[in-house]
Amino acid sequence: MTNLHFSVQRSTALSRVGLPAGLLLIGLLASFPLWGGSDKMSTLVEFLYFLALAQMWNLLAGYGGLVSIGQQAFIGLGAYALVVLTTVLGVNPFASVLLAGAVAGLVAWPSAKLLFRLQGPYFAIGSWVLAEVLRLVFANLPQLGGGSGTSITSAVQEIDPWWREALTFWSALLVGAGSVTAVYWLLRHRQGLALTAVRDSEAASESLGVSVRRVKLGVYLFAAIGTGVIGALIFLTKLRVSPEAAFSVEWSALVIFIVVIGGVGTVEGPVVGTLIYFVLRNFLADYGSWYLIVLGALAIAVMLFFPRGLWGSLQQRFDLRLFPVQRRLKLEPEPAKDEAAKTAAPGRAYQV
Amino acid sequence: MAAVIDTLIQGFLLGGLYALFATGLSLAFGVMRFVNIAHGDFIVLGAYVALAVLAVLPMPPFAAALVVVPVMAAAGYVVQRYVLNRTLSRDPLPALLVTFGLSVIVQNVLLEVFSGDTRRLDAGALATASISLGGDLAIGVFPLLTLGIAVALILGLQLLFARTALGRALRATSDDREIVQLMGVNPKLIYGLAMALASATVGLAGVVLGMTKAFEPLLGPPQLLYAFEAVIIGGLGSLWGTLAGGMILGVAQTVGFRVDPGWGVLFGHLAFLGVLLLRPTGLFPKTRDR
Repeated sequence: MTNLHFSVQRSTALSRVGLPAGLLLIGLLASFPLWGGSDKMSTLVEFLYFLALAQMWNLLAGYGGLVSIGQQAFIGLGAYALVVLTTVLGVNPFASVLLAGAVAGLVAWPSAKLLFRLQGPYFAIGSWVLAEVLRLVFANLPQLGGGSGTSITSAVQEIDPWWREALTFWSALLVGAGSVTAVYWLLRHRQGLALTAVRDSEAASESLGVSVRRVKLGVYLFAAIGTGVIGALIFLTKLRVSPEAAFSVEWSALVIFIVVIGGVGTVEGPVVGTLIYFVLRNFLADYGSWYLIVLGALAIAVMLFFPRGLWGSLQQRFDLRLFPVQRRLKLEPEPAKDEAAKTAAPGRAYQV
Repeated sequence: MAAVIDTLIQGFLLGGLYALFATGLSLAFGVMRFVNIAHGDFIVLGAYVALAVLAVLPMPPFAAALVVVPVMAAAGYVVQRYVLNRTLSRDPLPALLVTFGLSVIVQNVLLEVFSGDTRRLDAGALATASISLGGDLAIGVFPLLTLGIAVALILGLQLLFARTALGRALRATSDDREIVQLMGVNPKLIYGLAMALASATVGLAGVVLGMTKAFEPLLGPPQLLYAFEAVIIGGLGSLWGTLAGGMILGVAQTVGFRVDPGWGVLFGHLAFLGVLLLRPTGLFPKTRDR
């Protein structure tokens, strides 16, 4: 068949509605500090940083195939970078949040060299060991408060409280919306194509000239830098940094459950997962550790029965794509030449 | 000099405990190429089962193992056949996620049922008994017993692997799970039995853990990391390697504790990373990953 009349479709009906709706939502949220309440604002900040963490982990595990349970290493590094930059070097706290990403990236480089020697599940636990090493190192640094941690209150108390809250909120919005945009943008471009190929088959993508190692290293560094920034932001809202809190494996547990429940390997999955997490937490707030039990059981059930996650299953069933990353080839009939092509071709779409 | 010998002896004895923790993990690694993130939590669960058994039937803690080991083995079999077997594939994510979920569930259920207080299985006079080696050197009887249990367990498992029909089926399934089906072996059943065996060792490790130190519901993850490090240092699939790995880890931690009490665990982790840097496949690798 030599039908050369085709167009490449990269958007869907949902994404065409979604883009203006998303921009509107971001605009609305940006004005939130002007009219919203303080407690709602801190819940939203929390939502946004969990969303960002989930996007980073999803990029790493869902696309890069690097299932890590040690990303708390970079949350903690970001937090301690914030401590050193603000209280020791006197850098502006909000600038420090960005710089914390660079610090995380610098540590991630040699870490990758070491951890990439481990495959699959071994990599997962190896990354956890690395996070533990960092936790113990910081717990043994008396200059930074040792095991009991330290406070950054002194660095932020000069800032007017309203401005501090508003700036924190805008930073969180930037980080939350930015993480979704960055991952989406990445996946729609060359690197995304290479990433998706590596996710689907390492051997096949290697044979097509994709350097699997370089792609994985890139994803690992990207996720580490992003997670470092998020970690600094998280502890800018908490104001107190301790090794136990900053390097806690509970970060990984929550983020992994969020992504798996929402849908691994989709941009929408982490958004859906974070929403479900907040709803669940709200309902089970009075039942202590039961919310973790329910969340864990839900994640297991989703993994066993809907391995694509909730959004992934919906997407498969109804062809919903809010953030389309694939290219669809749409064949068009050749202009009134061949009757057979006319009946066969219209509307048929090929997906890459 | 005496301090060096003492450190080495204490390290080896601690290594016996870690080897005991690691045996089940190594076995599951070897047969199923599968890492159980909840391994440490299952050990702690074993200690709590022993605690519950002893609360109902007062007897020496070691006797509780007669109940704990079969209970854990049966639980392991059920979990493997009905949950974990569904997750085994080339993709490491499902098995990791499901066992990670089990880990969080076990920890929090233990917290709800037993509270966060630390507990101990009372070993009586055995806990403090020691053998003097002259000078300042002394060996604790219980740690020595732990090392003996670990060695006997590994010896027993080696014999089982080498001499029995089940051992042959386990090795064959480890080598190629497709081909063994042609020989009439059901890999799902074999995986269930492998997990039952691994969980039996976990039950024993739990009883020993409970007698060695005070435990609480969140003690599982560090035990998983120690067990994992012992396995990787020793090399995948080799039980004697795991024993050696446990000892290297034990010595590294003991040296660290001598330098500064806050550094013990850190030195252990650093020894692991050092081995990873110099010999990524561990010291005595046997199983190759496909």
